[in-house]
Amino acid sequence: MILWLLVRRSLRQHLLSTVVTALSLALAGGLLMSVWVVKRQARATFTGQTGAWDAVLGARGAKLQLVLNALFHLEASPGNVAFSDFQTLSSNRLVALAVPIAVGDNYLGYRIVGTLTNLFTEAEAAPGRRFRLVAGGRWFEDGYREAVVGSFVAQRLGLKPGDTFKPYHGLNFNPKEQHEDEYVVTGILEPSNTPADRVLWIPLAGLQNMSGHAAATASDVSAVLVKLRSAVAGQQLDMLYNKQGDRLTFAWPLGTVLAQLFDKMGWFDQVLELVAYLVALVAAGSVLASIYNSLSARRRDLAILRALGARRILVFASIILEASSIAAFGMVLAWGLYALIMGAVSAVIRAQTGVVLDPWAWDPVLIIAPLALVVLGALAGVLPAIKAYSNPVAENLAPES
Amino acid sequence: MALLEIENLRKSFRTPCGQLLPVVDVPGFRLNAGEQVALSGPSGTGKTTFLNLIAGILTGDSGRIVLDGQNMTTLSEPDRDRHRAAVIGYIFQTFNLLQGFTCLENVLLGMSFGPGADRVHARSLLDRVGLGDRLDYFPRQLSTGQQQRVAVARALANRPKLVLADEPTGNLDPTNAAQALALIRELCAEQGSALLLVSHDPAVLASFPRRESLATLNQASRTEVIL
Repeated sequence: MILWLLVRRSLRQHLLSTVVTALSLALAGGLLMSVWVVKRQARATFTGQTGAWDAVLGARGAKLQLVLNALFHLEASPGNVAFSDFQTLSSNRLVALAVPIAVGDNYLGYRIVGTLTNLFTEAEAAPGRRFRLVAGGRWFEDGYREAVVGSFVAQRLGLKPGDTFKPYHGLNFNPKEQHEDEYVVTGILEPSNTPADRVLWIPLAGLQNMSGHAAATASDVSAVLVKLRSAVAGQQLDMLYNKQGDRLTFAWPLGTVLAQLFDKMGWFDQVLELVAYLVALVAAGSVLASIYNSLSARRRDLAILRALGARRILVFASIILEASSIAAFGMVLAWGLYALIMGAVSAVIRAQTGVVLDPWAWDPVLIIAPLALVVLGALAGVLPAIKAYSNPVAENLAPES
Repeated sequence: MALLEIENLRKSFRTPCGQLLPVVDVPGFRLNAGEQVALSGPSGTGKTTFLNLIAGILTGDSGRIVLDGQNMTTLSEPDRDRHRAAVIGYIFQTFNLLQGFTCLENVLLGMSFGPGADRVHARSLLDRVGLGDRLDYFPRQLSTGQQQRVAVARALANRPKLVLADEPTGNLDPTNAAQALALIRELCAEQGSALLLVSHDPAVLASFPRRESLATLNQASRTEVIL
């Protein structure tokens, strides 16, 4: 109790430096937690998005580019796949479901993907979760200029069933590249927290035959999304397309392919982590400097306490507790900062990829990082505590007569 | 039986040029339980050092200090701290109140290191010294006379067997000085605490039945060392 009283009063007496130091520790804690959680959740969530599909078939090229393009609607398509290749794969007994997609157009910067309606009716948006339409809508019909709009796009562009739009050529919005074809929105997808939310879906034939597209490749598709009957099927198709064949790329298993993305981004994580560690070190240094400097003004108070009977170890402990308390206060702020950072980061990731991170999801780092920083704060208090411990009593009481 | 017995107590300090300066050299001193003694001495005769040695805040170079049956010179530092908190109440010339703590907290802190904080006793003591309505005031919000009364309440809060008072009226005007001195002596008498008070104020010294001259007691002070 007496320790707490001493610490509380000391913190109150040096409120400004306490708050500034706690804020710097909060910044370190918030950054550390955010970097770790974003890294882990992004990896888990991105790889989890592939759960509805087992593989992607595309033109010969990099598997990662193929997967990013076909499943996450990022990057450019590595090339086209002949419709006959889709049909061959589709009829393979190893394949449970194959759905072609075609890309190449956009509407105000949001990608338009041509596909077949069985993508919505037979496949899942995410494992265990079917595609669903907001009430009042219906799926588009093949052969008609109709569209189903992802929830994020609908929200951003204010689209609703009955609205019409004219696509723009290319993956990036260029007002001069508008097609003549007009599409009617027939339905809005319920939010699925997947990349499908960021896409305008139209019939495959619609995209293939869009005005201005090359007639020679009109029947081609950009990629084929594949659901396999078994894991062994993946190995066999991998052998067929990647090792024996040289025209197409069979991206499988998707988790391994996507892991390459995070491996490539590993250096960025490390830089962020390093920054967070440096901020933590600077913050610990500021705890040390703040308490150490305040000791000059507190030498007399410490001497008075000792003269009243306080033992050295109590003085030592009070400084360590003070440093730990500043760090603990900082960690309370760090959780708030973490929530802000995660809110902002998840909004950006959602806008860019459609993938939704959960800022409130439990992660051990949310406890480990704050605890580690409180320990670091306590360690930063050791030097000032030693100084306080060895504060000469008689010299710092009233001047000798 | 003597509450305090001092034999051949010596203390020297080293000057910046490395010379050893004797500050205290007291061959013998006794104080009985409940006794009130004034110790006179001009500046530089080692009064504060003498009190700090008795309190165990400083350790002597040689000699013996037996306080309430404990030889302070052989106790470990933590034991000296414990003994000081339990047996001694210390009143300083400059009050030495903790500025970040209220009157009540200053008194409670003084008790915390001894037998334990007793809020009721602390309140009654502050009431007794006329500060019952200033419990939550901080020292800076009090007059110097009031601050010294808080210091007196703090020193007596543990019902110490010995109260050491180092020029307790030195910073007060004559009226407040007389009141503070009377208060200290009354409270010590009420609680049965012995009082060892050092002062160079003739008016203060005159009010004590037993007066000792530190200049006479302390052989070191005869070396005319200016401290």
